Amino acid sequence: MVRLEYSKKVLEHFKNPRNVGEIEDADAVGTVGNPVCGDMMELSLKIKDDMIEDIKFRTFGCASAIATTSMLTEIVKGKTLKEAEDLTWDDVVEGLEGLPPIKVHCSLLAVDGLKKALYEYYRSKGIDRQDLKPNEEDDHDQGEEEKEVGPIV
Amino acid sequence: MKRVYLDAATSMPTMEAVVKEMLPYMTENYGNPSSIHEMGRFPRDGMERSRKEVADLISAKPEEIIFTSGATESINLALRGTLPFAKERKKIMISKICHRSVRATATALKTSGHDLEFLPIDKFGMIDVERSSGIIDNGTSIVSIPFASNEVGTLQPVREISRISKDAGALLHIDLTMSAFQVPFDVTDVDVDLATISSPDLMGPKGMGALYVRNGTRITSLLQGGGQERGLRSGSENVPGMVGMGAAARIAKERMEETSQGLIDLRDHLINGLTEIPHSNLNGHPTERLPNNANVRFEFVEGESMLLMLDMNGVSIATGSACAQKTLEASKTLLAMGLKHEEAHGSLMFTLGPYNTMSDVNHVTGIMAEIVDELRSMSPTFNKE
Ligand code: FES
Repeated sequence: MVRLEYSKKVLEHFKNPRNVGEIEDADAVGTVGNPVCGDMMELSLKIKDDMIEDIKFRTFGCASAIATTSMLTEIVKGKTLKEAEDLTWDDVVEGLEGLPPIKVHCSLLAVDGLKKALYEYYRSKGIDRQDLKPNEEDDHDQGEEEKEVGPIV
Repeated sequence: MKRVYLDAATSMPTMEAVVKEMLPYMTENYGNPSSIHEMGRFPRDGMERSRKEVADLISAKPEEIIFTSGATESINLALRGTLPFAKERKKIMISKICHRSVRATATALKTSGHDLEFLPIDKFGMIDVERSSGIIDNGTSIVSIPFASNEVGTLQPVREISRISKDAGALLHIDLTMSAFQVPFDVTDVDVDLATISSPDLMGPKGMGALYVRNGTRITSLLQGGGQERGLRSGSENVPGMVGMGAAARIAKERMEETSQGLIDLRDHLINGLTEIPHSNLNGHPTERLPNNANVRFEFVEGESMLLMLDMNGVSIATGSACAQKTLEASKTLLAMGLKHEEAHGSLMFTLGPYNTMSDVNHVTGIMAEIVDELRSMSPTFNKE
């Protein structure tokens, strides 16, 4: 197994995740699957006057996935759509005081989820924002092919 | 906070009695067993006594025991050391329930012109004897199986696989790492050419192991040097380690029955408690399993999150979830048993040791329900089902 060196901040968000749940009458919902390890994340947003009034999440994944989604909701809540669109995973990882390298892909997922929600939101308004559409390759390849482990003489 | 360690499969403490027996071989009997003088004799005696103790554990002859640095080396020696004599037999047969070191060694051998094939396994993580009999043939050089899956604990049909391997004229290696301290194994009863034993898994010192090599088995060494251990494992002997492993093997044999029964009681209690949680199921065989293994999957939640929450509550366990592996791949054993990726994701492995108590088990079953509930409340896959 991996040795997990999560920052205090990650563990704190994992223990007390902010904004968990689902907004009943959401204006936008983004659901994404993690192609790397097969996890799932869902964000629901309440949007008013181009501002994110409320945001909630649910995650099926590791501590890092839960903490990054929690962090992301905390960052974008109360922000304008424009500000939310500009959010990068750097911002999330920085907010969490870093992530173990092997866990960075979980934070990418959180940002993808937000973009997908925003894409869906614009689409419901008749605007096609291709730039926000995350490219989805959802097959986590569990091929039979064995990796070669070192040469033998 | 109460600390409960349920990760015996990963590491176990060295018994105090074992450490006591080892100490004089560090501070007083420090001579080299190869020396002819008096100072070499004491460690030599200790070494040979220990060899007999390890041999006795599996009813082998002392000269059939080669001390190594651990299970990984034993496995490498068994697979690599016998291949030069395999001639036109080019097929290595392992299984997806084997330990990573068996798989990695066998995979590495592919680059030197050997084929690697996997024995079929069923939904309980047991090697399918019927389907295996057609695959192990006269092109097979060696078959390597564990006596029990290190992950889901399922005991394997070693007798049947031995018969099929012998009929095909293939060598058989059995990995006893997980089972040796809790399930008896007898080389006069099961026809096996090579068997791996690990010292830390007998609650002996780390960095020690042994390979049983049946008399008459053709094998060559991996290391060149002074020719110790019948030329199969050169290097000045780790006498304190050997003495420790011998003591651990002796104690394991003496206490085997008591150990297994105690572990079975705890395990069954643990399995019952954990599977009472809704949407949770046992992985592996319900009865044919290691006395100390409970592997349970909790649907809609992920293993690493559960592991961390348990850790925050003082409980140490392991998981087969992809998120907790270096490769980010789910456990091969669980997938080979036909579990879906999401099911492997929520699988936890609880492995007990003789030091665990009923109060440990109750503590874990008590907090597990809360942890699963809490994580399910955040899971988008939960109430949608
Ligand atoms: S969600 Fe699987 S590694 Fe983070």
